Amino acid sequence: MTLVAAHYRFLVLEQIRIPIALLSSALFPALSLLFFVVPFDYSNDPAAATTSVAQLIVFAVMTSFLFTFGVGVADDREKSWDPYLRTLPAPAWPRIAGRVLMGATFALLSVIPVTIVGALFTSATASPLQLLLGLVALVVAGLPFLFGGLAIGYSMPVKVALPVTNLVFFPIAFGGGLLIPPGLFPGWLQGVSTLLPSRGARDLVVWAVVGTPPSVLAVIAMGVWAVATAAVAVWAYKRDQGRRFH
Amino acid sequence: MIARALGVTRRFGSTVAVDQLDLDVAAGELVGLLGPNGAGKSTLISLLVGLRKPDSGRVELFGGDPRDARFRRELGMTPQETGLPTTLRVGEVVSFVSRHFPDPLPAGELLERFGLSGLEKRQTGGLSGGQKRRLAVALAFVGRPKLVVLDEPTTGLDVEGRRALWEGVRHFHAEGGTVLLTSHYLDEIENLASRVVVVGKGRVIADGPVDHVRGLVAVSRVSLTCPVPPPLDGVVHSEREGDRWELHTPDADALVRHLVRADVPFTALQVRPASLEEAFLTLTGETS
Repeated sequence: MTLVAAHYRFLVLEQIRIPIALLSSALFPALSLLFFVVPFDYSNDPAAATTSVAQLIVFAVMTSFLFTFGVGVADDREKSWDPYLRTLPAPAWPRIAGRVLMGATFALLSVIPVTIVGALFTSATASPLQLLLGLVALVVAGLPFLFGGLAIGYSMPVKVALPVTNLVFFPIAFGGGLLIPPGLFPGWLQGVSTLLPSRGARDLVVWAVVGTPPSVLAVIAMGVWAVATAAVAVWAYKRDQGRRFH
Repeated sequence: MIARALGVTRRFGSTVAVDQLDLDVAAGELVGLLGPNGAGKSTLISLLVGLRKPDSGRVELFGGDPRDARFRRELGMTPQETGLPTTLRVGEVVSFVSRHFPDPLPAGELLERFGLSGLEKRQTGGLSGGQKRRLAVALAFVGRPKLVVLDEPTTGLDVEGRRALWEGVRHFHAEGGTVLLTSHYLDEIENLASRVVVVGKGRVIADGPVDHVRGLVAVSRVSLTCPVPPPLDGVVHSEREGDRWELHTPDADALVRHLVRADVPFTALQVRPASLEEAFLTLTGETS
């Protein structure tokens, strides 16, 4: 456990020293809320406002996971520090556990500004129980992005991982209804949306906080995404280890 | 035995990087590993410290498989200084590495030994090249190791830095530590190592005390200025630059006697033994 803590501390410090990355992932959702929700009527409707905040929270977690795991892992693999770590008397898992905890910490931090803006400037509201449920839902909702990030990070060099992550995350965020409520989508986009991992993630968190029942198909699709991305992540991890260390 | 390779072969695709190689490193030895780029030195090191797995043969570190973390407890290795986490402070890096060992050296003592005192709060990215290099080497000593593997430890260091580092390595060795060292600088191996292992094409070509390895080729370089071509009996290699001749021979005494007897009008005669570099070029069958 002390090793997990050591790796966690190391990775957190490394991240904190480049605050712009943290700031951008934390500020974007809060600013979106400020510009695209606060000025409009539906920010006065508690259910609509809470839904908007919940969507942007999922957006923040997704961005954070895809970048810290996707780009972060790809970057680490290319540094000669990584082979050095493997000569230290410790197995590989504390490093991975430390990284997952670090990603979770920064995802949680990036959720704070949007939550504060939502609480102060919209009629969004949630009871402590709903907040707790929302947090649990968020952990589950984060899984496909956690595994998706790791799959990208372990399978691609950083020069590829960065554009791929950038390319992937916006359509998924938009299509999953993280920026605009999916109720406003035309019929064909509704169909696509249901199959995206972000839609199931959004539905789950909105359900926990607002009570809107989720699309069952979307939640199943999210589960399939989580399992599939986890499988790819494990495969990519093994292949990477095999290439570099066997 | 501290480290050993038994009939180890390691291929990368169709190239054989290490070819049925045997090597034993006993406690308290200071072994210099020498060879041209691509000879298999780095691959051999990566096998010995558990970074890679041999295709065939066996590698042992402290009597076990180095890929098992338990057998790396008494191993100290240097990261490449380019790999140091640039945004972390020196003290943070040392403390992080310390956490991996049961009885680490106190950070203050370690930094003092490598001339890094007072730099604890400095980010590693802001260190000079020499300081980075020294920090990287210091990290090999954090866990009070019994074996230290130094891969090109002084590349990029100035003369003073090299001397200081050599002093540190000698100190560790004098206290009973075992060192496996690779270097591009041949004088480094000559200065530090008591035993030299020459690797070429994935095999051990020569293994013994520094003098022994040099003696294996026993080439002397005789240079002289002479307006006419000197007789070349017993000369294995000759070079000419204007009137200046450089002759390589296994028996410099015989060559000089011959030059005198033949009444060759030479001036500015110089005789010196082959450097380890020349010895090793001959051993690996390459021409300089």
